[in-house]
Amino acid sequence: MSPIGDDDLQAYVDGRLPPERLTALEAHLVANPTLAADLARMRQQRWDLRAALQAKAAEPVPARLRIAEIRALRRRARMRQLRFAAAFIGVLLAGATGGWMARDILAPDRAPAMATMDFTRDALAAYRVFVVEKRHPVEVGAAEEQHLVTWLSKRLGRKLQAPALDGFGFRLMGGRLLPGTVVDTATGSDAGLAAAQFMYESEDGRRLTIYVRAGSGAETAFRFNQSGDAATFAWIDQGFGFALTAASDRAELLPIAEAVYQAYEQADP
Amino acid sequence: MPWVPTPAACRKGSWRVTADRIADAIEPQIPALRRYAYALTRDHAAADDLVQDTLERALSHWLLRRPDSDLRAWLFAIQRNLHLGQLRRTKRRGPHLALEDAPPLPTRPLQESALEARDLLAAFAHLPEEQQSLLLLVGVEDFTYQQTATILGLPLGTVMSRLSRARAQLRDILDKGHMTFLRRVK
Repeated sequence: MSPIGDDDLQAYVDGRLPPERLTALEAHLVANPTLAADLARMRQQRWDLRAALQAKAAEPVPARLRIAEIRALRRRARMRQLRFAAAFIGVLLAGATGGWMARDILAPDRAPAMATMDFTRDALAAYRVFVVEKRHPVEVGAAEEQHLVTWLSKRLGRKLQAPALDGFGFRLMGGRLLPGTVVDTATGSDAGLAAAQFMYESEDGRRLTIYVRAGSGAETAFRFNQSGDAATFAWIDQGFGFALTAASDRAELLPIAEAVYQAYEQADP
Repeated sequence: MPWVPTPAACRKGSWRVTADRIADAIEPQIPALRRYAYALTRDHAAADDLVQDTLERALSHWLLRRPDSDLRAWLFAIQRNLHLGQLRRTKRRGPHLALEDAPPLPTRPLQESALEARDLLAAFAHLPEEQQSLLLLVGVEDFTYQQTATILGLPLGTVMSRLSRARAQLRDILDKGHMTFLRRVK
C-alpha cells in the first residue's frame, strides 16, 4: 500500500476516494487527529460553498439565455452585417456605374475618344456642306458605283464599298473624295490624309452620309453624337474611322450603323 | 425580409433537427454555467452576460468542437476563457479596489447560516481566479480532476497540488476571521 498523499487528501475532501484508499486514510487519521480535524473543516467548507451557490443554479433561467433566443440574436446580427455589406456593395456599384457613365464627361481628353470625335467633326462638316447641295451632291454618281468604289479604295488604301441600305429606305446617290484634315498637334502641319464620303437619299429626300478616313487611332465601340438635327454614329475599326450621319435620331440610326459596320467587317480580307 | 436564400427543403429540415439537437444538449447546462459565472463575477447581470457570451461562442464554434470531447467541460472551458479575457481587460483599464468586493457590514442581525455564507463567499472572493475556478469546478460542479485539468489547461498533478493550496488558503482566510482579513487586504 502506497503512503497517503496530498491527492488522497483532496479526493477524501471531495468524497471520491476509492474504498481501499479510504480505509487506509481513515486508519491514518485516527493517528493524526489534527489532520482529521483539518480535513473535516475543508469538507464542511466545500459543502458550504455548494450550499451558498445552490440557489443560483436553482433560479429559473432568464429568457435571453434560451438557445433559440441566442440564435435569433445571431441571425439578426448576421442580417445586419449582410444588409450593411449589401449597402456597402450597392454604394460601390453605384459609384462605379456613375463613374463609368460619367467617364466621357470627366475625362474627355482620353486619346481614343478624342480621335473619334476629331474625325466625327470632319464627317459632320462634310455632311453639312454636301447634303444641302442640289446640283452636285456627289462627285461620282451611283451609276458608276464600281468606278467610285475602286477609285476611293485606291486613294484611301483600303478596300471600300458602298453598303446597300435599301432595306432602310436609303438608296446610294454616289460619293466623293475629301481632304481628311488631320492636324498634327505636335508640328502644326497637315498630315494630308484622304477621306471618302458616300451619300444616300431616302424616298422623302432625307440624306445620309458614310464618312471613312484612314489613321484614326485605336479601335472603339460605337459612339453617338447628336448635333442639332444631325445624328452621328462613329467608330474606329482596323485603323479606319467611320462616321454615319443623317438627319435622324439614335433609335433609327443604330440599326443602319450596325449594318454598315457589318458590311465593312465582311468586306475586309 | 429583403433577401432570403432558398436552400432545398430537405436541407432546411435537417438543419432544424440539428439545431434542436444542439439546444437539447446545451440548455441543461445553463443553470450550472450561471452558477459558475455568478461565483466568478459576484454580479447577477454580469454573470448572465458572461453566460450569454459563452452560449454565443458555443453556437458559433459548434462545428469546431472535437466530436468526442465532453460537452459540459467544453462549455465551462469557453466560459472560463471568456472570463479571463474580461479580467485582463478590466486590469488594463485600471487597478481594482479589493474592498469594493467585500460585503458591507450587516446593519441588522442576520441568521447565523446566512452570515456564514456571506463570510465564506467574501473569503472566496479574495482568492486568485485560478483557485476560485479550481474550488468551483471540482467542489461545486463535480468535474473529475482530469476534466478540471482539461478545462484549466493544466497537468493533472498541478491540479491536485493547486487544489490543495486553494483549500488551505480558503481555510486560512476564514480562520483569521472577517475583520482581520479585511485589514490584511487593506
